[in-house]
Amino acid sequence: MSTPDSPLSSTMRTPLAKVRNLGSSHSGTSDFWRQRVTAVAMALLIVPVVVVVMMLLGRNQAGAAQILGSPGIAIILLLFIIASAWHMKIGMQVVIEDYVLSEKLKIASIMANNFFSIAVALASIYAILKLSSGV
Amino acid sequence: MALSIVHRITGVALYFGTLLLAWWLIAAASGPTAYANVQAFTSSFIGRLIVFGYTWALLHHLLSGLRHLVWDLGYGFKASEREAMAWGTLIGGISLTVVLWIAAYAIGGAR
Repeated sequence: MSTPDSPLSSTMRTPLAKVRNLGSSHSGTSDFWRQRVTAVAMALLIVPVVVVVMMLLGRNQAGAAQILGSPGIAIILLLFIIASAWHMKIGMQVVIEDYVLSEKLKIASIMANNFFSIAVALASIYAILKLSSGV
Repeated sequence: MALSIVHRITGVALYFGTLLLAWWLIAAASGPTAYANVQAFTSSFIGRLIVFGYTWALLHHLLSGLRHLVWDLGYGFKASEREAMAWGTLIGGISLTVVLWIAAYAIGGAR
């Protein structure tokens, strides 16, 4: 009799199908993949983001608002914020799953992590959109 | 090497550091008074220290993360390669932080 993992397995389920929907959040390997997609995105975006920050140094609110509201810069920052919020939500969940042993506290922490990440992302996105619309 | 735990610690620090980023963007969108408050904080000693620490945490986490991506692709597992990447991460993170801050003082101070 073959083992479930051997190529001659009697099941026709692929290795990917076996891990789908597994894990503590029932999302299988999708978090693993998204963590890497967002990591590569930020590695590519870090240079433009640093340039934007350098452009803003030593300026007052009027000057900063004008720079932050220009389309190219707003788009760079929006992409960076979305990637970082997503990345940090997944990363913190891994840390919580590793160190928080109580099931109730773990669920509460993961929920708080979701709230925090989404709130920070939305607040930052709102601010950039407001600066872009110039009101 | 103990760099794996440093990757986690810098990650957690950056997590809470995003509050500063959000505060700064909201202040810019709110108006001159709110923005002046952020600038007062970031030019204070403790504010500078936090932003300096944030810069290092970001750059260290970035380089350390690139190391993990190299491993994900199946390279860099030899002892000499791991050693080189660990030192590259440590030295690179600190040097890039110092270089960026020199540039920041040169650019920001000139305005």
